[in-house]
Amino acid sequence: MSGPSKYQPTTALGKWFHERLPIVAFAKDHAMDFPTPKNLNYWWTFGGILAVMLVVQIITGIVLVMHYTPEATLAFSSVEHIMRDVNYGWMIRYMHFNGASFFFIAVYIHMFRGMYYGSYKAPREVLWMIGVIIYLIMMATAFMGYVLPWGNMSFWGAKVITNLFSAIPFVGTEITTWLWGGYAVDNPTLNRFFSLHYLLPFVLAGVVILHIWALHVPGNNNPTGIEVKSEKDTVPFHPYYTMKDGFAIVVFLIVYALFVFYGPNYMGEPVNYTPANPLSTPAHIKPEWYYLPFYAILRSIPNKLFGVLAMFSSILILLFLPWLDTSRVRSGKYRPVFKLEFWVFAAVCVALGYIGSKPPDGAYVLWGQVLTVYYFAHFIIILPLIGLLEQPKVLPNSISDDVLAHSTASK
Amino acid sequence: MKKLASILVAASALVAFSGLAHAEAEKSAKPVGFSFEGPFGTFDKGQLQRGYKVYKEVCAACHSMKFVAFRNLADKGGPGFTEAQVKALAATFKVHDLNDKGEAVDRVGLPSDYFPSPFANDDAAKAANGGALPPDLSLITKSREGWHGTFNQLVNGIGGPQYVYSLLTGFEKEPEDVAKDKPDGKYYNPYFQNGIWIAMPPPLSDGQVTFDDGAPNKLEDEAKDVAAFLAWTAEPKMEERKQVGFEVLIYLAILAGLLYGVKRKIWAAIH
Repeated sequence: MSGPSKYQPTTALGKWFHERLPIVAFAKDHAMDFPTPKNLNYWWTFGGILAVMLVVQIITGIVLVMHYTPEATLAFSSVEHIMRDVNYGWMIRYMHFNGASFFFIAVYIHMFRGMYYGSYKAPREVLWMIGVIIYLIMMATAFMGYVLPWGNMSFWGAKVITNLFSAIPFVGTEITTWLWGGYAVDNPTLNRFFSLHYLLPFVLAGVVILHIWALHVPGNNNPTGIEVKSEKDTVPFHPYYTMKDGFAIVVFLIVYALFVFYGPNYMGEPVNYTPANPLSTPAHIKPEWYYLPFYAILRSIPNKLFGVLAMFSSILILLFLPWLDTSRVRSGKYRPVFKLEFWVFAAVCVALGYIGSKPPDGAYVLWGQVLTVYYFAHFIIILPLIGLLEQPKVLPNSISDDVLAHSTASK
Repeated sequence: MKKLASILVAASALVAFSGLAHAEAEKSAKPVGFSFEGPFGTFDKGQLQRGYKVYKEVCAACHSMKFVAFRNLADKGGPGFTEAQVKALAATFKVHDLNDKGEAVDRVGLPSDYFPSPFANDDAAKAANGGALPPDLSLITKSREGWHGTFNQLVNGIGGPQYVYSLLTGFEKEPEDVAKDKPDGKYYNPYFQNGIWIAMPPPLSDGQVTFDDGAPNKLEDEAKDVAAFLAWTAEPKMEERKQVGFEVLIYLAILAGLLYGVKRKIWAAIH
């Protein structure tokens, strides 16, 4: 936030309160007056969309908990009770269930936007790293939430994922037993997952506040990747971005509603409408779609321990992205080689997701390995090299100049 | 708007690669159509009532339906039985209960009762069915898929009701190349999700159930009616869901239009 607050209390009570807790000034500075680059495109609306999805998930989740029973013999039927007997219970549950998928759709677009426009580069490294932590918490939360209906894929998914920790040398089995709360995935596992699934979204909300704080120190990046130079480059957040984000949020909600009301089980796995059964293994155990690229990386490595390490590394490597990208230029718009490679990388991620959904045999294994190698090479070799070797295009003088050049060109 | 389009394309590309399933059945389900498909599709009450009769007279002998209560048969968006009819239907079932002295008794069913299971427990059900457990049918059309493919399922649905229809009409004489592998007490059915051998004998045949409304009762008719009935038991709030969805979409579309207009107006001076 640059400059003193524009908030002036007009009433005696307002002044009295402001001197004791300047929260109204804080809200006005950060939610209304905050100077925001005027050239943000619609890819920048996904931050607001994500905030809305977090709120949707928390509200629907709190209502679901009023009717759900976290007990192994009752969990499945309590979900059916919600679907059949609770007023609009079907809607609350389908919103929550599809909300998880749409939360991830939005977060993936948000992350790829950050990668394309170099939003992780100085001075926004901490902002980016907090974002990676948010993503990790989201993944843990979604995984535990998927276990709660206690369907057969819930059970086997929980078993496969918790079993990954048994790959840790010497203490792996003990750690897995500790995670389960017993010698198998059972009621204690369900209970603790329920407890954590309720806790983590609030932790997430706290880290989101840090994320926004870290955003409001340097301010937004923008499609040109050049810093704001004068007030001419910015507009106040309200009404300009409240309206633009608001429009994008509603369009996103329309797509979300299409699935909630007209294809509520499309994102799901039919096997999960069968109650958990430790004696009946589903033909193909696979996680929800948003984990599939990492699942493919896990299965590409023939050794279990190294597979688990590769999977966790594939996410944690994002923390180092600000220093792996050596380019002086932020935005991919002015980086011809990077721009091309970015889309190759995006395609590799999608292809890994496809491989993750397939049984691990035949050509899928080989392709999974090739793509895994590319995934890591992108971060460790390709990005650093492109930054050093590439000749970037000429940058505009300022955000205003760029906007002006574009609006005259289109007229 | 071009950018907006690309957002949608990106979102749908991500969705398109969501959980692909794998062919487990030998054949994909027969693509038979139902009245409840599509954004405005509703259940055919007559068909649900006929399907109920097939369930009651045939399926209920071995399959439970734990999550459905008799009272649900009179619910809005369902088979449309009257309360008096439901009372009479429930009374045709015997329900285990305790009397006021705490003794186990069998009493007549009441609308508030859930469908009683044909066996006391899963082990009893397996013992009576050659070791195979007849699955509970409440959710059968949501827990089975008729065909595979991310795009295919997006356009044509997951095909649960079609799976049930195909399984019931799909018993065939086993082909010669697999006939020698036929396990005892199993039947050949290429639509079955767990391989080609199913423990359930062909349950339906032409004319087996006589419908009160005089509707045709060939094997295919009976199978289709009971598949529709089981689609309702799995998703009893489907009609309400589509109606609310339509209202929500209209509301959101108007809101989006208004926001877009406001956004354009206030941004006009900036560009």
